[in-house]
Amino acid sequence: MADWEVVIGLEIHAQLATKSKIFSGSATAYGAPPNTQADLVDLAYPGVLPVLNGEAVRMAVKFGLAVGAKVAQRSVFARKNYFYPDLPKGYQISQYELPIVAHGTLKIVLDDGAVKTIGITRAHLEEDAGKSLHEGLANASGIDLNRAGTPLLEIVSEPDMRSAKEAVAYMKKIHTLVRYLEICDGNMQEGSFRCDANVSVRPKGREKLGTRAEIKNLNSFRFVEKAIQYEVARQIELIESGGSVVQETRLYDSDKHETRSMRSKEEANDYRYFPDPDLLPVELDQKFIDTVRGTLPELPDDKAARFAQGFALSHYDAGVLSASRELGAYFEATVADLGAEHAKLAANWVMGEVSSALNRDNLDIGAARVSPQQLSALLLRIVDATISGKIAKEVFEAMWSEQKSADAVIEAQGLKQITDSGAIEGVIDAVIAANPKQLAEYRSGKDKLFGFFIGQVQKATGGKANPAQLNELLKAKLSS
Amino acid sequence: MLHNLSVGELAERLNSREVSSVELTRHFLARIDRFSPALNALITLTADRALADAAAADLRLGRGERGPLLGIPLIHKDIFCTDGVRTSCGSRMLDNFIAPYDATVVTRLKAAGTVMLGKANMDEFAMGSSNETSYYGPVKNPWNLNKVPGGSSGGSAAAAAARLAPLTTGTDTGGSIRQPAALTGTTGVKPTYGRVSRYGMIAFASSLDQAGVLARSVADAAPALQAMAGFDPRDSTSVDAPVPDYTAALARPLKGLKIGLLREFFVGLEARNAALIHDALKVYQELGATTKEVSLPHLPASVPTYYVVAPAECSSNLSRFDGVRYGYRCENPHDLMDLYKRSRGEGFGAEVKRRIMTGTYVLSAGYFDAYYLKAQRVRRLIVDDFRAAFTQVDLLIGPTTPTPAFDIGAKIDDPVTMYLNDIYTIGANLAGLPGLSLPCGFVDGLPMGLQLIGPHFSEDRLLCAGHGYQLATDWHRRAPQGYE
Repeated sequence: MADWEVVIGLEIHAQLATKSKIFSGSATAYGAPPNTQADLVDLAYPGVLPVLNGEAVRMAVKFGLAVGAKVAQRSVFARKNYFYPDLPKGYQISQYELPIVAHGTLKIVLDDGAVKTIGITRAHLEEDAGKSLHEGLANASGIDLNRAGTPLLEIVSEPDMRSAKEAVAYMKKIHTLVRYLEICDGNMQEGSFRCDANVSVRPKGREKLGTRAEIKNLNSFRFVEKAIQYEVARQIELIESGGSVVQETRLYDSDKHETRSMRSKEEANDYRYFPDPDLLPVELDQKFIDTVRGTLPELPDDKAARFAQGFALSHYDAGVLSASRELGAYFEATVADLGAEHAKLAANWVMGEVSSALNRDNLDIGAARVSPQQLSALLLRIVDATISGKIAKEVFEAMWSEQKSADAVIEAQGLKQITDSGAIEGVIDAVIAANPKQLAEYRSGKDKLFGFFIGQVQKATGGKANPAQLNELLKAKLSS
Repeated sequence: MLHNLSVGELAERLNSREVSSVELTRHFLARIDRFSPALNALITLTADRALADAAAADLRLGRGERGPLLGIPLIHKDIFCTDGVRTSCGSRMLDNFIAPYDATVVTRLKAAGTVMLGKANMDEFAMGSSNETSYYGPVKNPWNLNKVPGGSSGGSAAAAAARLAPLTTGTDTGGSIRQPAALTGTTGVKPTYGRVSRYGMIAFASSLDQAGVLARSVADAAPALQAMAGFDPRDSTSVDAPVPDYTAALARPLKGLKIGLLREFFVGLEARNAALIHDALKVYQELGATTKEVSLPHLPASVPTYYVVAPAECSSNLSRFDGVRYGYRCENPHDLMDLYKRSRGEGFGAEVKRRIMTGTYVLSAGYFDAYYLKAQRVRRLIVDDFRAAFTQVDLLIGPTTPTPAFDIGAKIDDPVTMYLNDIYTIGANLAGLPGLSLPCGFVDGLPMGLQLIGPHFSEDRLLCAGHGYQLATDWHRRAPQGYE
């Protein structure tokens, strides 16, 4: 059996977060009643003309600059001609030969920590189509043109990915990036971020690419992974059983976790692309491009590097904390109050307690019920030994649910740590006196019982004995 | 009689309240009533609305408002969307289409106070040179009812010639204003591409289409063009450049004007036609212009170039007519493909289908380079030829058409012969240049047109040259018999 190499390229469609459509003044908001956000231009009435939304151009340029691509000073809109009821003009306006963005790159981190650079062939502006509705209509299909004309940035990668995992890592990275840039809300359920995957396999070591299948419209990271895995297995099995892959478009069935043929290359449309004579070429001068460059936020990789270096965090931690601008900002605000020397403590709490509370309550970081200032006030109580880390978790829960400050919770529940050596020693003495058998065993070399004594003391104090002090005092008592 | 007065004279009488807009409107409505059935110049008459608009204009006049077009009746080519009024584009496809909005041209002329009498007949989707492709039947030429009026703005031209309105609008993609103007003895202006908004003008070939005016004289056309011209944010191809005062430009002297005689236009031109152009040149020389012969070597490739570019764009522009949202829909479609095929098959006429098929073919994989791309390259050469010519001369001059109006039915079954009718007009469209056709005499009792072509945005110069010619001649004052 041959050793196979998987080759994957992704075409990601990111819906640009403009208020109005790419060629009309209609709103782009999601979820409006059918056809209430479609004007005469979207409905392709006779005589209407498209007018390009400058905001969509600005967003595309922003993306291009963020991936180190060449932003074209001249790009051209073309018409992609085909008939379908959700495509009112009978053509889609897209960029074909001269896209606005070309030749970018993006770094992804693989499972083993290695960094891989994925090529971005191009990114171009285009309009989305409407939707056909079949539910609740007897013997008819409905057309909803609210989505028709919504601006999309189609981001086409090189066939640089070698596994489903790499494809997901790349897609996640793009997802992070477009949200950083505030050019796409990244909402995958609403279809704001989706992708087509081009998948092929070839015997390892062979230069020539295998025949590819294109899996359409994948709208979750999990589906991307599953669909590619299924498709790779299908292609290998097909070839190994003497068949050959045909170039075709396939659909992923998320219920059955399989891909199905949609249409083959022979049935493919001839789209008869040609430059759209209703739109002038998009001419961008260097000054405009530089102005947009000036609006770029700190990018995820830069932020992660800064976190790793400035706060002595691991690459993993830095990566997690920079996965969104909001999370990064939350972390930084926490550290700002707490002091950079305690950044690791802050990182652990943001990635631990805060993240799990958010997940549990299905909240975004922006809606966290404990603010960075409140969190740092809590962590300060660990640092100054008022409470232990364990108690701090209880305090955090109370803060989250009751919207109180750390000090108020500590005060109200009497959780303040015991730091009086005499008091701790008194408890230790009592515990030792009550457990002579364990004491003897410990002294005969059963070191593990140290933990038992710690547990007993904390049980007696309600966990409030300062752990460091307790450690030290107990050690002394046991060995005396 | 009112219908023989110029737009300027009519405006004077309206302004002095000697005549009301309602009276004027009634006068032209009566003429339409009397002549249009035989001419078939109109697809839709909007008499009630016209009278209401006229009454509104009279109110404005009564309040002391003044304007060169305030209260002046006109007829719009049925290619311009008119809010609440059927806009058929001469096609069965849009026979039931009530436009929900006004084209920018309509909005602007309305704001200037014009009164719309109705919508003019035209070749289906502006595809034709004889007005015989209209779903509503051919338009007759007022000079001889057996002859075509030219096309595609044939209804507008016939209406202007028959004095059914002092002004009519038209569109010109390959000569559709100038050729019918020439064939009906009227004056037709096709502005620079981008001078007038295309918003609301049903597209035939987007890179060539341009709206303009047909009238009985340059002086009449000037205020209408003034009202129509200018940047429109709703048309990305309209140009944001100042619009000169066209009426003021008419008075400029022609002395020193350098006129280029287009050599290629005279190759094979019938002697009687050529003689008319040379007569016109003499008029210009007497007015102080100088003339020289210039050559545009790639101009003979205009027709084949046009018949690749225009159908290519039309094949895509007309895809929206699919029976789904508006317009003609076939009876009882049994599935989506059937809906498409029969709605389009039944809704479009033969010439439109011919061009859609040609256009689809030239854009198809494997043929695109050989046809579409090559045509674009030739188009560039033609543009360069004109640019070079305009470094030597101010204007180019030649005939508008190779022959006078031909018999209805004579060419309709021979598309290539029909297409050659536009041999002299297509170049200006390919290069986006303004063109003007002026009546310059008669051949076999039928009017012939003199064509002037200028550099981009030289409408003022063209109109001035045209007006100078019309001050020195009276061809434009001749009325067809029975319509005086």
